[in-house]
Amino acid sequence: MIAAFSSWFALFFSAVFTQNILLTNYLGMCPFLGASRELKTSFGLGAAVVLVMTFTTPLNWLLYHSILLPLGLEYLALIAFISLIAAFTQLTELVIMRVSDSLHAALGIFLPLITVNCAILGASLFMVARRYSFLQTTAYGLGGGLGWMLALLAMAGIRQRIAKNRLPRGLEGAGIALIIAGIMAMAFTAFTGMATPA
Amino acid sequence: MGLEFLLGVGVVTALNTVLALLLVLAERFLADYGPCTLALNGEKKITVAGGRDLLATLKDQGVFIPSACGGRGSCGLCKVTVLNGGAPLATELPWLKPDEIARHIRLACQVRVKHDLSLQLPPQWLEIRQYRTTVSSLRDLTHDIKEVRLRLVDPPEIEFKAGQFIQFEVPPYERSDETVYRAYSIASPPSAKNEIELEIRYVPNGICTTYVHRHLRLGDPVTINGPYGDFTLRPGEREIIAIAGGSGMAPLKSILLDMAEKEIARRIRYFFGARALRDLFLLEEMKTLEQRIPGFEFIPALSKPDPMDAWNGETGLVTDVAARYLPDASEAEAYLCGSSFLIQAAIKMLTSKGMPRERIYFDDFG
Repeated sequence: MIAAFSSWFALFFSAVFTQNILLTNYLGMCPFLGASRELKTSFGLGAAVVLVMTFTTPLNWLLYHSILLPLGLEYLALIAFISLIAAFTQLTELVIMRVSDSLHAALGIFLPLITVNCAILGASLFMVARRYSFLQTTAYGLGGGLGWMLALLAMAGIRQRIAKNRLPRGLEGAGIALIIAGIMAMAFTAFTGMATPA
Repeated sequence: MGLEFLLGVGVVTALNTVLALLLVLAERFLADYGPCTLALNGEKKITVAGGRDLLATLKDQGVFIPSACGGRGSCGLCKVTVLNGGAPLATELPWLKPDEIARHIRLACQVRVKHDLSLQLPPQWLEIRQYRTTVSSLRDLTHDIKEVRLRLVDPPEIEFKAGQFIQFEVPPYERSDETVYRAYSIASPPSAKNEIELEIRYVPNGICTTYVHRHLRLGDPVTINGPYGDFTLRPGEREIIAIAGGSGMAPLKSILLDMAEKEIARRIRYFFGARALRDLFLLEEMKTLEQRIPGFEFIPALSKPDPMDAWNGETGLVTDVAARYLPDASEAEAYLCGSSFLIQAAIKMLTSKGMPRERIYFDDFG
């Protein structure tokens, strides 16, 4: 039991830090570059990704293992996952809008933007490729989302700090952001020594 | 192989059907905010189904707000004032200046209609529309003025104020190779919402007037847009002096009919200038209006009556005739409609009779 828990925790930890989906796989780059100018916006967007990834990855696991795999339709995983993610984000937005105006303003408005976020689809495809169990998938989905949010917040913090700095013209905007992302990716690999999944 | 193919198609179809059904149900039960009332500029109120964004909701109501991106929050054009809509969302902030935020300006595409909203938008956005019409009647009022009645098809009704004008779209024809627009005042009262009346005078070589006088036939389609203009009756008790010539009759006729319907009893003297008897028209209608509006008097004046006319009414320039009737115009207000020449002469005459310039309203046809 303890061994099982530590394996989930290791998986969760690696999804957040060492195997950060944004910084090691470079998935979800468009919002990472586009919405990382301001910490406040990044927080809302990041939270939306956490929410959607935490729920869609296990849901896609269920879809894959209870429908696609038994019927021998593994090759349809990509298209099925996309449909489920799109429906989930729309449904969640409707619920949030109904429940709370402030939550919708802070988080809900980002949901339509991440319907086609490749990090979210990536998490579902990786959990299949890496043969995770349902519980591992849940840990991985939550960790992956948090990791993505962490990277986005770090980037937004750095970009806010350098907003007034003078840069060579060719590096302004996406240019410097990609360089920062590269350095951040290297920094995140340093976590490897702290925990490595079994 | 064929079976597997069918199975794949079937599963994807079934999955998407289930998801779509879920969304439809969610739309039905979660996104149904019931009827919401939108108050536009504090006067016009429309009831809409809540749940969608304001831009799309208004568009369905025929209120067109400029937008280039189609509602994705990426062009920043669809700015409207939403007095009770709350703070702007993060998605709007890049497009709003601090003073605009302070004035409650929002992007219509980012505002969800979830409850009654009080909106402010430029008034012309509210009223201007394009209308498809068909010619329902053509009548010669004089040898060179035609009365054109247009029955509205889509939208079937028009809201306007008496005295306003529309633009008449002239399609390319033998005299012009492009679509042109000409403004004409509406002669019918605002209560007649499904058919408007124009009075169009033939101008030699005029693109629109030639089109109307030589080409337009009963049942022809005509596209108009509007309404425009502020040549409307000002509220109050003041005596009204109206001076018009030719097709300048149109907006005044609309104003007079509107007054008669609303039983507005003000003293009105309407001086109408024409050359000879054959240029006078709507005399019967004016007589009827004199009976319907207690203080109304119609005074036609001929500048060059034909000896055959047997005219025993006023003669001379209409402004000179009016001057004889008005020893003092300092307490009245004036409505002028006609050529620039007529308007300039009338302003000169009225100010010399003590009328303040700011109480002289006019529609310059020049």
